[in-house]
Parts: sequence; structure tokens; C-alpha cells
Amino acid sequence: MAKHAITLNINGQDMDVAVDSRELLIHTLRDRLRLTGAHIGCETSHCGACTVDIDGASVKSCTVLAVQAQGADIRTVEGLAGAEGLHPIQEGFFQEHGLQCGFCTPGMLIRAWRLLQDNPNPSEEEIRQGMAGNLCRCTGYQNIIRAVQHASEKMQSGETAAAE
Amino acid sequence: MIPGRFEYHAATDVDDAVRLLAEHGADGKLLAGGHSLLPMMKLRFAEPAHIIDINGIADLRGIREEGDTLVIGPMTTESAIIDSGLLQRRCPVLPEAARLIADPQVRNRGTIGGDALHGDPGNDHPAVLMALDAEFVIHGRKGERREPVNGFYVGPYLTALDDGELVTAIRIPTPAAGHGYAYAKFKRKTGDYATAATCCLLEMDGDTCRRVRLTLTNVGPTPLRASEAEDLLTGAEPTAERIEQAAQAAMSICNPAADLRGSPEYKTHMAGEMTRRAIRTALERARGG
Ligand SMILES: Cc1cc2nc3c(=O)[nH]c(=O)nc-3n(C[C@H](O)[C@H](O)[C@H](O)COP(=O)(O)OP(=O)(O)OC[C@H]3O[C@@H](n4cnc5c(N)ncnc54)[C@H](O)[C@@H]3O)c2cc1C
Ligand code: FES
Ligand code: FES
Repeated sequence: MAKHAITLNINGQDMDVAVDSRELLIHTLRDRLRLTGAHIGCETSHCGACTVDIDGASVKSCTVLAVQAQGADIRTVEGLAGAEGLHPIQEGFFQEHGLQCGFCTPGMLIRAWRLLQDNPNPSEEEIRQGMAGNLCRCTGYQNIIRAVQHASEKMQSGETAAAE
Repeated sequence: MIPGRFEYHAATDVDDAVRLLAEHGADGKLLAGGHSLLPMMKLRFAEPAHIIDINGIADLRGIREEGDTLVIGPMTTESAIIDSGLLQRRCPVLPEAARLIADPQVRNRGTIGGDALHGDPGNDHPAVLMALDAEFVIHGRKGERREPVNGFYVGPYLTALDDGELVTAIRIPTPAAGHGYAYAKFKRKTGDYATAATCCLLEMDGDTCRRVRLTLTNVGPTPLRASEAEDLLTGAEPTAERIEQAAQAAMSICNPAADLRGSPEYKTHMAGEMTRRAIRTALERARGG
């Protein structure tokens, strides 16, 4: 069966890759493009470890065919930190102890990033609902919520500072 | 877990999808959000040789009002249903139910059409669309036909849709202004299917119920319409006693299978409780509460 030649824009960079029809996006990212930030946890669309951002929405990349992402803008956890250092969301998880083993963390970070793009100042309830598709077996969710709150505050004060 | 081998086709428009379906017959399967189909393919519960992706057909997305009908494209995602101002104003039970489905990532991909057509008795939209007296607009080689959602579900994963047909729109008669509504869903955790759920839509005339619709999710091989319970409430004052009679009538038609969510008795009990809650909430909302 023929391969499909696709182009993905990942973290601002165009990448050409040939994929099988049945190939799932998570495997293209990890095995072909060596972007191993997004993890494979459950493979059944439950845990959210494989979450990436596709065209402005969080998606579980274990349940999308790579060929379906032709032409898409994708952001993965590798695209979060900048030249200035960690992204406020990454800093939040580290300051507030939002991780232990770190397995769920890339999915948490990229999901939290989208949540804060859509809603820069979420309530605790909104964070709980927004992060409901990401499971963690180590940390418990309290610190994860605080990490997102930390990032929200930091990103907003950053914006005001820049606007002044 | 990777799906078996198949050929991938991206349909460019409805005619193209119908042509591809006709060409591949029972070997072809439409791909909407993929969040029911791809998991089944990973587990080899489904092994279609041809996948026909309808995500590229813009006409199949969107929500609009046509006179006194709401028309929803089957490829409209759950997230778009939740965000729709038009639905919040005219048909708020749909966003209410969509919010109770899965989690944000799944709702970004999962579509109302895929949910309504998969035929899983655990899916939430079928019962809601039955309560709304919706109909499916269906395209196939022989042209267009319409089919009411009531009566559409024949058995688990079995619907009145033939191989070679696709649904191109869901049509809903706009519910009366001021109607009461509720989708009461009991589930074990975020992202779980219903242990039991009830949809209630009702219109009041002073203290009397003018019109009631009650449907149940996941307590039988298909979604169920609780007609006897509807009759008990129609034309009557919905006193606590009548609500209890309606809940008992709803429980009497339940026939759930035992699984991790509980025994048939427990699920039937929860269907009764969801029915009480749905009626009470709908009533409060109809009274402006
Ligand atoms: C973790 C998780 C939790 C979930 N929880 C819930 C829940 O609580 N409640 C719930 O209702 N659902 C739940 N779902 C299912 C989810 O809502 C699915 O996305 C949905 O059931 C199917 O929609 P889809 O767009 O993904 O369709 P797909 O998986 O792409 O398709 C499903 C079926 O419908 C057919 N189909 C799709 N579109 C059409 C069309 N236009 N015409 C004809 N046939 C068509 C396909 O061929 C296929 O057979 C859950 C899924 C996951 C992964
Ligand atoms: S690996 Fe994709 S959701 Fe768990
Ligand atoms: S930190 Fe270990 S799974 Fe979340």
C-alpha cells in the first residue's frame, strides 16, 4: 500500500515525512521525527499523555491518523521553552511540584498551554474541567492545578509588563 | 496498538463520498472524528479495508437556523456544539449533553454525527436527538432520504443506515421558547460513558404539562423512549407523585446488561433516579428557575 507524503508544520518548522495509511500521529512524531516529548501511555485515548496541539486545539495524537494531519500546524512540548528559558507553564510545574515521574507531564504542559491560550485567567473549576483529559498516576491533581494557576498569573503579569 | 492495513481516501465533497462508498461497499467505512472508529480498529473489532475520511468536506460542518428548524452538520464537533450561542439560546440541551461527553481533547475531535451514528447504546446523542424529534438527512446512490431518529436504532451498533449511505445533516424542529430541558447523566468518572442517563424536554401550560419527551441512555440494547412515562405526565400537573410514577414507568422498560458499571438492578435504579432528576430540572427551567 502506497505511502502518503505529508508536510507538517511542527513548532514553526515545516517537516516532510512519508507515512503509512494506518500510522498514528504519535508514532510519526516519536519514531520518524524523533520528537519524543509526547508520550504513549494508554493507547486508548484515555490518558492524555500523547496530547499535542493541532490547528489550535488539543488532540490525543494516539487517535489521529498521521495522514489526516497533512498541512496542519502542530505544537508539541518541544516548542514551549524559548531562548529565554523555560515557559511559565514549565516553570509552574516545577515550582509547584506538579510532577513526580514526569510521564504525564508533556501532555499536561501542552494541554495547559492551550487552556491558557483560550482562557488566560481560568478559575480553579475551569482548570479542573480543562485538564480532565489528562491523567496522572503519581502527583495527584492539587499541585497540577496550582502549577496552571502559577503560569496563568505569570503569563498575565508578563503581558501587562510588555504592554506598559 | 495500530489499526490493521487499509487504504485511505480523503473525500472532497458529498458526491465524492457517496461514490467512494458505492465503490467499496461493505469494505468501506466513513471516518469522522475517529474517536470511536480508530479505537475499535486498534482492537481489531473493526477492520475496514477502505477508510473514507469526510473531514475535508466543509459543507458537513456548522449549525444554522432554517425557519423553525435547526440544521446541524454531522461533522460538527462536540466542542463546537458546546460553544454555539445559537444552540445555547434555542436548544440548550445539546450543549448540556455534549459537556458530559468524554473530555476536552476527545470533544475537539468527536462529532455529533459520529456519536449519533456509531450505534453504541452508551453514546449520549442518540437519546437526546430522539427527545428532540430530530431527523437524519441521508445521502446514498439513490439520492436523498430523511429518517426520523426515533425508530432509527435497531440494536447494538445496528441502525437503519445502509452500507453506502452517509448522513449529511441533522434536522431538529426548534423547541418552543421557554421549554424545560435536562440531560441527567450518572457516570463513574470523567470520560466515562453513562451508567444511566435520561433526557427530558417539556413544555408547560401554567401548572399542566403540555408536552413531554423522556428518553434513556445505556439501559438497553438501544436508546429507549419512555412513552408510558411521557403519557403519565402529559396533560397533568407534575406533582411529586406523578414524577415518581413516571420514574417507575421509565424503569420498567430498562433492560441493561451487567458490566463494570454495575448489575442490571443497579443500572435500572440509577435510570429511575436520573429520570426524577431530569424531570425536576426541566420543570424548574420551564418555570424560569
Ligand atoms: C475516552 C473516550 C470517552 C468517551 N466518552 C463518551 C461518552 O461519555 N459519551 C459518548 O456519547 N461518547 C463518548 N465517546 C465517544 C466519542 O464521543 C466519539 O467521538 C463518538 O462516539 C464518535 O464520533 P466520531 O466523530 O469520533 O466518529 P467516528 O469514530 O469517526 O465514527 C463512528 C461511526 O460513525 C460512522 N459515521 C460517522 N459520521 C458519519 C456520517 N456522517 N454518516 C454516516 N456514518 C457516519 C463511522 O463510519 C463510524 O462507524 C468517548 C470516546 C473516548 C475515546
Ligand atoms: S496514549 Fe493517547 S490518550 Fe493515552
Ligand atoms: S507525574 Fe507520574 S504520571 Fe504524572
